[in-house]
Amino acid sequence: MVVALVFSMTLPVMLAIGLYYKSSGLLMEQSLFNLIFSKDWRPLSGHFGLFPFIISSLWVTVLALIIAGPICLFSAIHLTQYAKSYVLKVMHPIIDILAGIPSVIFGVWGVVVIVPFVSQHIAPLFGKQTSGYTIMSGGIVLAVMIIPFILNILIEVFKSIPEELTEVTLSLGATRWMVVKHILMRKAFPGIVSAFGLGLSRAFGETIAVLMVVGNVTRIPHGALQPGYPLPALIANNYGEMLSIPMYDSALMLAAFVLLIIVIIFNFISRMVIHRMIKIM
Amino acid sequence: MKKSKLRNAEELFFRSIMILSSSVIGFALILILWSIVKRGFPALSWEMITQTPKGGFYFGKEGGIANAIVGSLYLASGATLLAMVIGIPVSLYMNVNLHKRQKLVNTIRFLLDVMWGIPSIVYGAFGFTIMIYFGMHSSLLAGILTVTLFIIPIMIRSIDEVLISVPKGLMEASYSLGSTQSETSYKVFLKQCISGVTTAVLLSFGRAIGDAASVLFTTGYTDHMPTSLMQPTATLPLAIFFQMSSPIAEVKERAYASALILTFIILLISIIARIISIRYQKHKIKI
Repeated sequence: MVVALVFSMTLPVMLAIGLYYKSSGLLMEQSLFNLIFSKDWRPLSGHFGLFPFIISSLWVTVLALIIAGPICLFSAIHLTQYAKSYVLKVMHPIIDILAGIPSVIFGVWGVVVIVPFVSQHIAPLFGKQTSGYTIMSGGIVLAVMIIPFILNILIEVFKSIPEELTEVTLSLGATRWMVVKHILMRKAFPGIVSAFGLGLSRAFGETIAVLMVVGNVTRIPHGALQPGYPLPALIANNYGEMLSIPMYDSALMLAAFVLLIIVIIFNFISRMVIHRMIKIM
Repeated sequence: MKKSKLRNAEELFFRSIMILSSSVIGFALILILWSIVKRGFPALSWEMITQTPKGGFYFGKEGGIANAIVGSLYLASGATLLAMVIGIPVSLYMNVNLHKRQKLVNTIRFLLDVMWGIPSIVYGAFGFTIMIYFGMHSSLLAGILTVTLFIIPIMIRSIDEVLISVPKGLMEASYSLGSTQSETSYKVFLKQCISGVTTAVLLSFGRAIGDAASVLFTTGYTDHMPTSLMQPTATLPLAIFFQMSSPIAEVKERAYASALILTFIILLISIIARIISIRYQKHKIKI
């Protein structure tokens, strides 16, 4: 039992060491700063600038959060404060099933529904023409993927706020929305922010679904209606050729390492806040 | 008077936004399922499920994806079994042996939650480095090991959530009858929570079968039925992914059909898990 526990606890450390060990070959030749902020991605001549991919990742993730955030927030308030119990009974399986759908299915759905939708309806709205394989499509698909995840945490957070607090305010003649606005939001604010933080890190690491709809063009995107090439997609797309070009595998493992570090930092801070909130209250 | 009217209007406005948000989520699920069924069902055939790819399969000729279905089932079962061997003892240990050291347990929970957030592609890349290090080729075994690592935090935390709910009086009663800690763990706690544990295991199985990014590097892809742990093996998510990127219409149709099969498996698992968690409550000792 103890062995199993220790084994599973050292897992992240093993991950970090393994990936660092693999990427150290490249890190010895070029500085980390240079690799992360260089725009120059030409594997054949040994230039591995990760900057375009990191920026693409940021675009997709932030867009996903902008779409999913408000929907989750309002829905969580609805489900915890307003809804009757039968609504919860219907919504719970919906959230669970949505959370269980594999990312490749989201990808297929994105290609079939979202990509044409973006190219035929959203892009003309801004007077642009695209194939639909854009940051926007990736953002929408990701948003749907992280909704159940954020929603579940938000529901937990709102449930942890003592009911007396809202009841007292209601008894003073406030409307439900006033309670939500003045009491609930203020009390739950750290929890809401960290739920969004967790959603962000979840979206950051999503691979296959995004890869299928985002276009995969190595260039720094300047708008949501341009194709992008996020970090996980880069890793997944190039595993086939990575052993044939020198240092290529090192660069991809470095990408994975960067991904791991970013996600762990985000997760660490957000989880810390949430664990505190749910325990204390 | 005017102020209260404004308040009520505000209330009504935000209330409709909330109901709208909740409906959007429900609508999204229905839309996803509907579009998969609509595209996949016409392309689905008996041949798809029972045959392996024949020559010219990737140009739209005959064959099926039986190899990928079987491969995925092997992979997910193997990984789930291994994760169970590690996950069940760990979660029992956290709840029984470490019962008096809540601070430590909470730290472990916290770390597991952080690990849950690590993207599967990172596990895939890690599995790949280990594979290269030991000079292995991509194989079913490498895939199973990688996916095991990936689902361990998920499994421990889901079982842990179930074990938390066991009343502490039960533990004290068990000790007072002279049983050891491990007897209490396996004969009382595990039995008490068997339905919840099964649900957690099934959920992990669903994760394992649906994930593509972690097997991309490690399991490889072939057109043959998997016969040995050391061979590369086709998996369902990758089959969908590869067929989807083909420019040929017939192959794309098959991708939709494969997506329908995978969705069906996932839904089946989630329904079974639900039934188990409702039905098998009878072993529970109620206090």
